[in-house]
Amino acid sequence: MENDELIPAEDFCMYHNIEYSFISSLEDSGLIRVTAVEQHTFIPADELQKLEKFVRLHYDLDINLEGIETINHLLEKIDEMNRQILQLKNKVIS
Amino acid sequence: MDFVDYYKTLGVAKNASQEDIKKAYRKLARKFHPDVNPNDKEAHKKFQQINEAHEVLSDAEKRKKYDQYGENWKHADQYEQARQQQQQAGGGFGGFGGGGFGNFGGGEYTYSGGEEGGFSDFFESLFGGARGRRSQAKYRGQDYNAELQLSLTDAYTTHKQTLTINGKNVRITIPAGVENGQQIKLKGYGSPGANGGPNGDLFITFVITNDTGFRREGNDLYKTEDVDLYTALLGGEKTIDTMSGKIKLKVNPETQNGTKIRLKGKGFPVYKKEGQFGDLYITWEVKLPTNLTQKQKDLFTELSKLSS
Repeated sequence: MENDELIPAEDFCMYHNIEYSFISSLEDSGLIRVTAVEQHTFIPADELQKLEKFVRLHYDLDINLEGIETINHLLEKIDEMNRQILQLKNKVIS
Repeated sequence: MDFVDYYKTLGVAKNASQEDIKKAYRKLARKFHPDVNPNDKEAHKKFQQINEAHEVLSDAEKRKKYDQYGENWKHADQYEQARQQQQQAGGGFGGFGGGGFGNFGGGEYTYSGGEEGGFSDFFESLFGGARGRRSQAKYRGQDYNAELQLSLTDAYTTHKQTLTINGKNVRITIPAGVENGQQIKLKGYGSPGANGGPNGDLFITFVITNDTGFRREGNDLYKTEDVDLYTALLGGEKTIDTMSGKIKLKVNPETQNGTKIRLKGKGFPVYKKEGQFGDLYITWEVKLPTNLTQKQKDLFTELSKLSS
């Protein structure tokens, strides 16, 4: 399910009608990972879903970068907690 | 099919301004948006309702139509007939802008479960299913959830399986070491996106049933093995089953009941870490002999005297 495909950031911005500065702000905050090849920025395909989620949060819901960071952090915590709950449930069952 | 009160859905008054409607929508959308409520069906449903309400109330034409006929939607066909009669008679019945009515009848009010944006039957009837103005708003399709039953033996090895999801055959590789309740995501195999948005994802939850004599805790396996009194006292060898086949184990002399031994790397494979395995813990359960012969009894008595 992993993919090494790279998507030009320029194409992504055109498709979603967004500014490149948004992607670079997300990268600066460590929210997404991008790759630079010969002065061009590419988005790894496995980052795409996360990036599209951030685009929706920002452009559809008017959430600023700080808000996105907070939401992302909390969602990661929920994920981790769900994983722990699952492990504990399995421990109880077994 | 029931009337849907869009004002109530957004929690605004009937005379709310566009600014109030936008504010109320944003506030609720932030709370119920699927991106901030992953795997929450209730939130997803609520978001669809909010979206629908916003679709109508933020569009002046739709809002006018909704305000005019919304609550009386059951009589819309009568209005329509009257309009046609007036038109035929050369009359000037106005107010309807571009059709879309029709299809009123009985039936239940249902949500279409996220497909094509998930608007209600009420909406479809009143506005003819047209998405119009919000065509620029792309929404990701709904995620699908499926369960896949696996035995512990199946989960021990990486294997491929073909599933049929909504008529499509999906061939997946199940990595060795999956846990009970663990989910994997197949990107894009969910419901189609709305307005050109991406497809949702398919989440497969593994339900693992234990068809072995082992107890699994994470990557470690546990098993209790019987050992007879003589082997436990004097030492010896015993062949036991592991998930990867039989192995011969040395039993140390004077092994106590409940002694636990660890067989490194004989446990369950570590998920997505090829060549790494947990450990297997064997607990020796010493079985005392029964139906002793007279000679055995005598010898045990002698042993007993020697020990005291």
